[in-house]
Amino acid sequence: MSEKEDLAKQKAAAAAKAKAAALAKKQAKEEEAAEKPEGETDAAKQKAAAKPKAAALARKQAKAEAGEKPEGETDAAKQKAAAKPKAAALARKQAKAEAGEKPEGETDAAKQKAAAKPKAAALARKQAKAEAGEKPEGETDAAKQKAAAAAKAKAAALARKQAKEEAAEKPEGEMDIAKQKAAAAAKAKAAALARKQAKEEAGEKPEGEIDAVKQKAAAKAKAAAAAKAKSAAAAKKRTAVQESEEADTPSEISPNQSKLDQIVSAIESHVGQGALLENYINRLSKDVPTLVANPDTYFSIAKFLRYDEQLDFSYLSELHGTDFESHMEIYVHLHSFKMNQSVALKVKLDRDTPVIPSLVPLWSGANWPECEAYDLLGINFYEHPDLKRILLGEDWKGYPLRKDYEPYDVEV
Amino acid sequence: MLRTEEMLLNVGPQHPSTHGVFRLVIKIDGEIIKEATPVIGYLHRGTEKLAENLQYTQIIPYTDRLDYLAAMTNNYVLCHAVETMMGVEIPERAEYLRVIAMELGRVASHLVWWGTYLLDIGATSPFLYAFREREMIVNLLTELSGARLTFNYMRVGGVKWDAPEDWIAKVAEFVPYMREQLAGYHELVTGNEIFVNRVKGVGIYSKEEALQYSLSGANLRCTGVKWDLRKNEPYSIYDRFTFDVPTREEGDAFSRYHCRMEEIEESLKIIEQAVEQFPEGPVLAKVPKIIKVPKGEAFVRIESPRGEIGCYIASEGKKEPYRLKFRRPSFYNLQILPKLLEGENMANLITILGAIDIVLGEVDG
Repeated sequence: MSEKEDLAKQKAAAAAKAKAAALAKKQAKEEEAAEKPEGETDAAKQKAAAKPKAAALARKQAKAEAGEKPEGETDAAKQKAAAKPKAAALARKQAKAEAGEKPEGETDAAKQKAAAKPKAAALARKQAKAEAGEKPEGETDAAKQKAAAAAKAKAAALARKQAKEEAAEKPEGEMDIAKQKAAAAAKAKAAALARKQAKEEAGEKPEGEIDAVKQKAAAKAKAAAAAKAKSAAAAKKRTAVQESEEADTPSEISPNQSKLDQIVSAIESHVGQGALLENYINRLSKDVPTLVANPDTYFSIAKFLRYDEQLDFSYLSELHGTDFESHMEIYVHLHSFKMNQSVALKVKLDRDTPVIPSLVPLWSGANWPECEAYDLLGINFYEHPDLKRILLGEDWKGYPLRKDYEPYDVEV
Repeated sequence: MLRTEEMLLNVGPQHPSTHGVFRLVIKIDGEIIKEATPVIGYLHRGTEKLAENLQYTQIIPYTDRLDYLAAMTNNYVLCHAVETMMGVEIPERAEYLRVIAMELGRVASHLVWWGTYLLDIGATSPFLYAFREREMIVNLLTELSGARLTFNYMRVGGVKWDAPEDWIAKVAEFVPYMREQLAGYHELVTGNEIFVNRVKGVGIYSKEEALQYSLSGANLRCTGVKWDLRKNEPYSIYDRFTFDVPTREEGDAFSRYHCRMEEIEESLKIIEQAVEQFPEGPVLAKVPKIIKVPKGEAFVRIESPRGEIGCYIASEGKKEPYRLKFRRPSFYNLQILPKLLEGENMANLITILGAIDIVLGEVDG
């Protein structure tokens, strides 16, 4: 619908409305002037109010007669009308993008449009843009680009047409699966077309570019190969884990087994036989060698690991406690730069009186973590230089990370 | 004869230079700090306790709130721990998206550090530059995840959803831009005589002390320890990229500055390579809806912008962890502060504290 018609109609409607309103006012005045009782006045007022309504109705009718659709439809029609110039603008922009001009903010516009109906067009355009972006600026072959632009516009138009046809065939509001599917198909088609074009263009590219493309492809292939190797390794590992769980005898010896043996034999010869309660490779935790000390040997083992020249576990990575209900446990993760190896040192404590020597004399970094374990679990580290409730504060009641913790609040 | 008395001074808990809630009780004799006692815990939210009643996927948003300047690495460390225990194989595309997101986060985090550190020691304008560039990264990550800082983007087995269509192209565009800006930063600040005099030789510790105090990240590398978990214990797909681990020998605030600035460059290298190799494919592995981790325990550690972030899970084979523990690098790195401040001039307090690069959300857990 043209704007002129619209305007004229609006004017006419406005005039009619004004007329009706004036009439109603006049009537109301006359009635008031006649000094009617209150109840009647109210009625008159209501009448007066009813009149503009009628006027509005009349206006609507007039509009309907003028060939215009009811409001809901009108909106739809308007949107459609709006979509047309939009599509045109899109096509224009596409051409621009091809010519290497990328105005800022276009991306945003593109996104919005992509959300609208000509999704396929947007896709094709974006691809075109990406291609334009890949090319070094100096290498503008006008003819080639023009051709590409034309082809792309065609693809976009095709996709758009398809989308439109789909839209036209179905009644309004029936955005059903079929339509979506069709749209998706159109999108895919356009994308495929664009890709094909891109390939052709790649074929046409001068040598430098081809090299770049090749390099990229090579890098991708390399990455893919690496991925394959990785997945294979992972699969192997998984099966290994499963087998070890099922049969309880690891079919594959962990690469860290020799290091664990070395550490264990060193500990046993220096700290004493039976210093370790247990030692194993923790398959779940990246095959880390795990040592379980008893509370009496914990400190001496730690000291040995720290100062032994071959082992040299100079770095304490982590220390924390866990309440396992049957017992408390301290987990220490140590690292040796010399061996390039981590080790987990664990110790089980009596849950009711969890007491253990502090590791601060060996690693200063154990200071705060031990405070944290004391604060949240109530584990006492003796000979700790400054054991305090580091996070919760000294007036906190109870140890929150214990499994039987009951929150205490003075006000409850 | 002039007699001075020892004075007790509270720095914080609301002090602008801590960028969080951190209190430092210091005893000073004139201008000289005799003793400094950090008081932390103002931001303790009990993440580990809360996690014991949550399913693994539900814990991910909580990790965003630990180190809120580099939430992607926090997301990753939890997912990585669960995946390690379950033996999940992550789709290629997801790994690349994760690495790109994490490295962008690292650059953003270092930018925040750079801007605020200089602001703390008296240079106002670098802050504006840093936040301009950081905002671009934040926008990129917003497009990717839907959130500015608390991304909640990673999932066990991959990532929440694929990147928007032209996102990778935007990241590729950002890299050269950031390089250019970085050169500008160096021109603006790195050679500045006032700045150099302010930070050079301040807050020195040795390699042995750094190891003794369990420091990690740039705080460790500034003493000459070439240690970066991305290189030394490669996780994800970091073994596919060529990048260096910047180190310095001096162990002062200036060397930490250099390490972080060079790390930005290395991260950009990684992003560049990841963008080039970016593959097609799914972004989420086939994992059960309800994730159950096999019975046992695991501790994994990765390299966050602040150092070594770790995650320990003890599982009973249920859908919630029996115990979850985060090794939070800021918490460990901050321990050395009292030692560094002892005998220092009052004016160096902020220079030393700022150079550690802490995030209080992470310190307090």
